[in-house]
Amino acid sequence: MAQMTMIQAITDALRIELKNDENVLVFGEDVGKNGGVFRATEGLQDEFGEKRVFDTPLAESAINGLAIGLALEGFRPVPEIQFFGFVYETMDAINGQMARMRYRSGNTESAPITIRSPFGGGVNTPELHADSLEGLIAQQPGVKVVIPSTPYDAKGLLLASIRDNDPVVFLEHMKLYRSFRGEVPEEEYTIELGKADVKREGKDVTIVTYGAMVHSALKAAEQLEKENIDLEVIDLRTVSPIDYETIIESVQKTNRVVVVQEAQRQAGIAANVAAEIQERAILHLEAPVIRVTAPDTVYPFSEAEKAWLPNDKDIIEKVKYVLNF
Amino acid sequence: MTKKRHESLGLSDEQVIEMYKMMLLARKVDERMWLLNRAGKIPFVISCQGQEAAQVGASFALNRDEDYVAPYYRDLGVVLAFGMTARELMLAAFAKAEDPNSGGRQMPSHFGQKKNRILTGSSPVTTQVPHAVGVGLAAKMEEKEIVSFVTLGEGSSNQGDFHEGLNFAGVHKLPVITMVENNGYAISVPLDKQLACESIADRGIGYGMPGISVDGNDPLKVYEVVKNARERAINGEGPTLIEARTARFTAHSSDDDDSTYRDMQEVEKARENDPILTFATYLKEADVLTDDSLKEIDDALKKIVNEATDYAENAPFAEPESALKYVYEE
Repeated sequence: MAQMTMIQAITDALRIELKNDENVLVFGEDVGKNGGVFRATEGLQDEFGEKRVFDTPLAESAINGLAIGLALEGFRPVPEIQFFGFVYETMDAINGQMARMRYRSGNTESAPITIRSPFGGGVNTPELHADSLEGLIAQQPGVKVVIPSTPYDAKGLLLASIRDNDPVVFLEHMKLYRSFRGEVPEEEYTIELGKADVKREGKDVTIVTYGAMVHSALKAAEQLEKENIDLEVIDLRTVSPIDYETIIESVQKTNRVVVVQEAQRQAGIAANVAAEIQERAILHLEAPVIRVTAPDTVYPFSEAEKAWLPNDKDIIEKVKYVLNF
Repeated sequence: MTKKRHESLGLSDEQVIEMYKMMLLARKVDERMWLLNRAGKIPFVISCQGQEAAQVGASFALNRDEDYVAPYYRDLGVVLAFGMTARELMLAAFAKAEDPNSGGRQMPSHFGQKKNRILTGSSPVTTQVPHAVGVGLAAKMEEKEIVSFVTLGEGSSNQGDFHEGLNFAGVHKLPVITMVENNGYAISVPLDKQLACESIADRGIGYGMPGISVDGNDPLKVYEVVKNARERAINGEGPTLIEARTARFTAHSSDDDDSTYRDMQEVEKARENDPILTFATYLKEADVLTDDSLKEIDDALKKIVNEATDYAENAPFAEPESALKYVYEE
């Protein structure tokens, strides 16, 4: 099996689907000749031509708006938004238009579009490059939000996203792009959307998380193992809609939960997860559902981001809190 | 004898009669909706009145069996010309389950119908422009001999999506025809508070496409410029921006009172140049129609509108539970 970085796994998935389905189109700012600012689309224009992989003018609303027109004509667009902080320029096209296409047309139209976009902190990019804005999209029914945490997941989830008949926002954490390699099968495979993955089985405390925080949680689990504390780490993989069944099943086993997200406390996914757990499983809980998040301030400048972002130490602290509650 | 104007455009008597009928039907459906609204039977109306010549003249210049349209909420004349029926429009006005636009889910006049290639729109204005550009790009890639026709009000021509969309269409020389129906008002804001240039058509040069301003009260003039724009598009010469100068005969919507912001004499003056009346006069002078045949048309359309109203009023609403359906593929 090949060893790939996440960015290689993403390029691999795009190449496979461009080859498989002539209706797949890849476009965005600098994705053509330049191969994307992170090289996710490197070599794809040479291989598939300018009709299938093309640069757009610098205009985010047009990128996703024309994706809708293309989708209505039978194409399967995979546009890129260069940094997810720029999504504010095109929120209407996503939450206001493509997410509602199936609903408002009474199921006569759909918008099978996969918007890829880098996001996430810890790589010295400033605000609006690093912001975790998945919560904005997750508020809107009709669009799915997928966030892979490993190269293997990235390939399988991206292929599933492109093949999905509803719009998907596929968020790629910049810190995970090249920080490690993982085993990735060379052949094609998909990972079901809307299903969480238990990345580590354990019996004492459940950690529910996604994206780069999966790795912080696994790091915390490694350290806590030395103290005979056994964490179960659930990677949501799809943050909208959320696989609550897997979460509740785990909570019923461990009776203690810490929900971890990189986004600010008032944003993101964790509040919903916590609320749903207490509604569905309060009698199984031995402690309050605790959240580990970034503070409710604007994403900071690079020198401060280490202190600002949640990390494995924060997770360990909260795990001990729920154990000793 | 010199050729009549419609003949020199290649239009037969039958075709201009059809145009006239379509304009009048749009007007009559619209007028009926106001009555129903004032009687408390339907919640909302937003009108085409005053803009029918531009809408129908343009539509007849397109291939109505193959081209795509991305209309805006005043385009009753466009969607009728593209095959939506008076009955279907009334079903939407009453928000009934059988409404082909959305099954009663969208606001009235948010037109959309897959089988007639009418793209469904959104409530924030101008979102239809990038959609139409996407369809234009699809047509170019698939080497189809079709155009994508998008309409909007002049107020919408100030939105970012107008500029982003037209720029893309210009860069890629797409078969997209953009027609701005300039009725002089963005709800209450008059033209001189909306743009600093003389005409919307002036904006074409910024996107590398011709900008043409045309009298939107004359369906034949609009027909001619759209026909030429379509030929350019099909020949691979790229997009065209058209401004059709029109007037809005009604308030912005059934929830608006325009007497608070404009002199109503201005509307009366515009009505003197009502495109439906002036086109009827032309058709009589051209010996295409007579007073008798005009009356026959009027009576026949009245019947259609009555039938459409009765049918829609009696049609069932969607089941409330159906509001939970079609969020994702089922």
